[in-house]
Amino acid sequence: MVAVRYQTAFRLYPYEKSADQEAAQPVRHPVVIVGGGPVGMAMALDLGKRGIACLVLDDHDGVGMGSRAICFAKRTLEICDRLGCGDPMVDKGVVWNTGRVYRDEREVYSFDLLPEGGHRRPAFINLQQPYFEQFLVAEIRRLQAAGAPIEIRGQNPVTGVRQQADHVVLDVDTPDGPYRVEADYLVACDGANSPIRTMMGLDFEGRVFEDNFLIADIRMMADFPVERRFWFDPPFNRGETALLHKQPDDVWRLDFQLGWNIDRKAELAPERIRDRVSAMIGAGVDFELVWTSIYTFRCCTMETYRHGQVLFAGDSAHQVSPFGARGANGGIQDADNLGWKLAAALNGEAPDALLDSYHTERKQAALENIKNSSRSADFLTPRNPAHALFRDAVLDLVEHFDFARPMVNSGRLSVPCIYDGSPLNGPDALGGGPARSRPGAPCSDAPVRDGFLLDRLTGRFAVLAINAAVPESLSIEGQPLDVIPLSAEDDATGALAHRYLGEAPCAVYLIRPDQHVVGRWPAFDPARIEAAFSQATGKV
Amino acid sequence: MTDLILAPNLNNTDDFYAALLAAYDGLDEGESHALNARLVLILANHIGDEGVLTQALDAAVMARSSPGQVAK
Ligand SMILES: Cc1cc2nc3c(=O)[nH]c(=O)nc-3n(C[C@H](O)[C@H](O)[C@H](O)COP(=O)(O)OP(=O)(O)OC[C@H]3O[C@@H](n4cnc5c(N)ncnc54)[C@H](O)[C@@H]3O)c2cc1C
Repeated sequence: MVAVRYQTAFRLYPYEKSADQEAAQPVRHPVVIVGGGPVGMAMALDLGKRGIACLVLDDHDGVGMGSRAICFAKRTLEICDRLGCGDPMVDKGVVWNTGRVYRDEREVYSFDLLPEGGHRRPAFINLQQPYFEQFLVAEIRRLQAAGAPIEIRGQNPVTGVRQQADHVVLDVDTPDGPYRVEADYLVACDGANSPIRTMMGLDFEGRVFEDNFLIADIRMMADFPVERRFWFDPPFNRGETALLHKQPDDVWRLDFQLGWNIDRKAELAPERIRDRVSAMIGAGVDFELVWTSIYTFRCCTMETYRHGQVLFAGDSAHQVSPFGARGANGGIQDADNLGWKLAAALNGEAPDALLDSYHTERKQAALENIKNSSRSADFLTPRNPAHALFRDAVLDLVEHFDFARPMVNSGRLSVPCIYDGSPLNGPDALGGGPARSRPGAPCSDAPVRDGFLLDRLTGRFAVLAINAAVPESLSIEGQPLDVIPLSAEDDATGALAHRYLGEAPCAVYLIRPDQHVVGRWPAFDPARIEAAFSQATGKV
Repeated sequence: MTDLILAPNLNNTDDFYAALLAAYDGLDEGESHALNARLVLILANHIGDEGVLTQALDAAVMARSSPGQVAK
């Protein structure tokens, strides 16, 4: 029997019997991914594009109902562009720029995100998580049709895991009974309650926040503007906060803070929710409840994300509060970080030790995400009277003085981590180079002629040269690199020069397959590039 | 790094102190706490320098826990 834990929105990978189930000996796969959520599917797509055979085992047969994540940040969209599915996401998603903050019945301020120009993608889009996952799976289907070695098996829950010296053995259940598979590497993308983590007896520690939030996704035709609205202490939710956010398909996300001691069942009664919604959007407005749920949250992380041949990615490794949208966004960056490293290790292009840097870099990112999302949660859910005192003081001041605006924290924009101090970083030898493009940083996008810079970074190591001479083609240790020779004139807006030259007249960058900077120099020097390449592939 | 000034720095200490007390006249405990908090945030923003603010936080915490100074 395969248990159903949630309703599916889209049935994308119905159960089919696989030959592995009949095999006399467990079949060995280079990579098995447990969990077909956003992180598992992004992982499969990345590996499949690199020609690495991977098998996704999910305990359901499609994408879960209910929207959960709605804000997908620019970095996520850039990664999805590289994976081939950024366009449908951005076409479907809602872009917003205006936010309004209310207290009681008054608007205390409004802001325009004013995203920096010269990027292909917006600061973020609002899109229901099921759509996001559906677009990833659609791209996997497209690649499969073209021969990419990706396989997805629905209704295949993993029920046991045993680690051997150089592989992992998995027990898998199916509607036709159990079977076994083996994996050179296992990527556990099985969510915040990760059964793999539990079966391996591994820790998951952090902080529980004593608060409940009610989500009501509603469909309404009302002519509300496309804005993010956030309330402190509104008349319709006294003493608590509330949020209104637009999603595609005339769906709106309403989020009500409820406090700690609540009667969960009573709060989830549809009539009770309908009353809350009407009090918020106005009694005469027609709407339909699409999805409702009550969530509590915690900020937790595993001690280590790599355990031998098992790597943890996404919510299984770390969990954050939803404020600041760093859950799915952070998880997609895990996959982005791990994909090229796993491929290099499996292809024998890098030592297995390169995978240790996955833990180092992504733990650093997770701690940054936890820090940011905990700070937002602390503002919304003050832990003691003094914290509440300062929060209220900020809200008193912000009605009169602009200086207090940056102190209001209802969720900060999700931005990617700069891997400062990573063992993979090479030298920063570009005098006057801009800090935002230092070794460890993800490359900023910039306009280049009639396109954008990031579209030129195809998922291999790359050498980017601006106003500097480079060879037409380049390979190191038999691996071809992308060579991108540009001149500052290729971007009339000056963004390229501002983001990559700074004070320097010319620059050469070595860039990783995940678009993070390895090192930078004022001129091309093959010996230096090769040394940095070795460093970035874990050989030194 | 700029050092936090811990030597006397007000031109007319008595005038400032009187003005401070006057601002709290007639306030109950909750209102006084709220005024403290607003004042701290306004002054912190004016100072701006994170290093100075950290030193100020440390100094304030330290003075509270000095032996013999802890209120019963
Ligand atoms: C209310 C709410 C709002 C949020 N808003 C945002 C937001 O705006 N932006 C954002 O970035 N993040 C947001 N998040 C977080 C985001 O939803 C998660 O971070 C994200 O879903 C994590 O993806 P994942 O793939 O790691 O795990 P999951 O999405 O949990 O997927 C895990 C998968 O593993 C499968 N699985 C579990 N056990 C097994 C097993 N034994 N065998 C096989 N398969 C198994 C599950 O069925 C599931 O398909 C929000 C979360 C909540 C609750």
